[in-house]
Amino acid sequence: MAKTDFDIPQLEEYTETPALEVGTMAHSKPFVAKVQFQEPLGYPGELPEDWQKQAIDAMGDLLGKYRSLQVYLDSCVKCGACTDKCHYYLGTKDPKNMPVGRQDLLRKVYRRYFTFAGKYFPALVGAKDLTKDVLDDWYSYFHQCSQCRRCSVFCPYGIDTAEISMAAREIMARIGVGQKYCNEIIGKVFKIGNNLGLPEAALADTLEGLEEDVEDETGVAVKYPLDQKGADILLVTPSADFFAEPHVDGLIGYGKVFHEAGVSWTLSSKASEAANFGMFIGSYENMRRISMRIREAALELGVKRIIFGECGHAWRVAYSFLNTLAGPFDFLDPKYPVPQHILEFTWEEIQKGTLNIDKSANDDMVLTYHDSCNVARASRMGTEPGGQFMIPRNVIKAVCNNFVDMAPETIHENTFCCGGGGGLLTDDLMELRVKGAKPRMEALSHVIEEHGVTNMAAMCAICKSQFTKVLPYYGMSMDMIVSVHQLVSNAIVLTGQHTDEDQVSTGDEQVAA
Amino acid sequence: MSFLTITFAVLFYSATILLIVGLARRIRMYVKTPAPLKIPTTPAPTTSGGVVLRMFREVVFFESLFKATKWTWLFGWVFHMALFAVLFRHLRYFQEPVWEPVIWVSPLFKYLAFAMIIGLLGLWARRIFVDRVRYISAPSDHLMLALLLGIGVSGAMTTFVAHTDVVAVKSFFRHLMMFDFSTMPNLPEDPFMVAHLALVAALMIIFPISKLLHAPGVFFSPTRNQVDNPREQRHIAGWARKLEQ
Repeated sequence: MAKTDFDIPQLEEYTETPALEVGTMAHSKPFVAKVQFQEPLGYPGELPEDWQKQAIDAMGDLLGKYRSLQVYLDSCVKCGACTDKCHYYLGTKDPKNMPVGRQDLLRKVYRRYFTFAGKYFPALVGAKDLTKDVLDDWYSYFHQCSQCRRCSVFCPYGIDTAEISMAAREIMARIGVGQKYCNEIIGKVFKIGNNLGLPEAALADTLEGLEEDVEDETGVAVKYPLDQKGADILLVTPSADFFAEPHVDGLIGYGKVFHEAGVSWTLSSKASEAANFGMFIGSYENMRRISMRIREAALELGVKRIIFGECGHAWRVAYSFLNTLAGPFDFLDPKYPVPQHILEFTWEEIQKGTLNIDKSANDDMVLTYHDSCNVARASRMGTEPGGQFMIPRNVIKAVCNNFVDMAPETIHENTFCCGGGGGLLTDDLMELRVKGAKPRMEALSHVIEEHGVTNMAAMCAICKSQFTKVLPYYGMSMDMIVSVHQLVSNAIVLTGQHTDEDQVSTGDEQVAA
Repeated sequence: MSFLTITFAVLFYSATILLIVGLARRIRMYVKTPAPLKIPTTPAPTTSGGVVLRMFREVVFFESLFKATKWTWLFGWVFHMALFAVLFRHLRYFQEPVWEPVIWVSPLFKYLAFAMIIGLLGLWARRIFVDRVRYISAPSDHLMLALLLGIGVSGAMTTFVAHTDVVAVKSFFRHLMMFDFSTMPNLPEDPFMVAHLALVAALMIIFPISKLLHAPGVFFSPTRNQVDNPREQRHIAGWARKLEQ
């Protein structure tokens, strides 16, 4: 395990609400974006002289554009319902990590400049001038929110701190205080096509390598096509799926499902990234620009459907925003929703019976499943509300014999963020990521002890990367994390596949007979 | 007319105008500000009927607050429901003749003043004793509770302890409502009634410039009032459409 200069929280049997400790995370902040990462996104490179005025103007602009921001800054009554709901508060005890504490950093400035009470009675209503200290607090604490929306489930007015964080980050970016991690990545998407900066040739190589691996293992030539014009399905998946573990095992799984379903599909080098960090920085314009690549790729390739791979926030942008940002998609086949999730596709194929499943292939594991926040609380799968909880579980149960859910207050819409979402998956925020993972780690270790869980399935590239990195800090193994489609991949018996497992299981059957 | 009567006549006209104009302007702003993206907190209803039902549960039962914290829900819900019941009962001081249902519930509903006061005390206790809620409380949050408690206690005093000449008070408000100043009676100079009316006027005045905006706000909350149908129906704001040109 890596050496740390911070204390790793002790896991408790159940997550308790800690007494608050002021300022425990005041030092935490990500690297600020230099000018070369700001300009491609349309932001200035450094703090201008009249930054206060520009920041207040930016706030006024956003207040006029987003009803959420206006209503949420007005409506909070400080009831405290959200105060124990954020994983970052539970893990750090810092009151500015309580959702309302975080919102108030922006709200007190809003009140000072935009409300009667704050203009004339600032002390009474806790209104504050926008000073450099306040800006520093903004930069620190609005980068300690993973925009997971857990607070919005419990707020009596549905106040969503993610909306406030996004607005705050957009205001800061507009005065030259952007975040390096997100903005550098968005620049790569614009320049190269994906977050990792993986050029087309490297991508083609990687996919060829995958084809060889799968053929070596199964004897079946499963294709992983790139830029294939006239394919029916465009698959848009997070670029981590092309090489990271366990992500790539998921990608192998998607290919096997498509192969067995007998559909033609392709990846696109232009839209070789499902992620859309434009959402994290609260920039409609950048989010839209990133989304347009997918529309363009779909048009150029002449596909009939768009399907997204396993990624949490990407599915939020895809499911909830894509039609808005890059629609209308009237050029696609109207028989299918636009876009679809790979799990919707796989679950349908499982129900149709097109996949030959050998559940015993996953018998070496006892699984639990982590609901990703953006899938759970900001999107849907299938036709019924809550399909986003049932479909992944249905698929897992269809390909695995041993599945246990974690505690009910930590799953479905109550799920705890992995600790690395919302544009915080960067090494300069390691302390925050480790501490923010505490509630999820507690729920996980509970099912490990009670039910002998060996692995946790996830369906989000950020969750997978975050857990892989953070689990060792809590004394658990990084390879506990598996992709949902990795489980599917393990269990699919491809048509014409000859493997050792087949022979072994045939042998078992004979013995049993 | 007594000085007190003139003062309160002016006060209530001003308070009413400030309340109505202030709220109308705020609500107009909420209506006019677009929600550019679909952001319902899911799982969310997939039909408008479902959204109406979700909003109903939120406004009548405080569903989300119930999920969040049982104590705050208990005190908050008791306070709000008792307040609405007491307000309903107050119609009898403004109507002539009084609506039948108001007459029926009046003898019973007057005791709900105590529920209202207990609810407020519970909420205040949380604000003082729970470290997290104490941390987020500004002076205005305490004052708001003091104001509401003042209204509740002074009102209960006039009903249960020091009976006021409520017929005269009603006549005063009827005359105000009819803009009839010729035969307007004087307000009784009863300290509890004077305090009660002054505090109510204060509440009306600060309503549109305070956190009491949560009352209209909840209906405009996109996480609660949006239909979950982004794939079926394209949702786009005016300013966002301009980016497409």
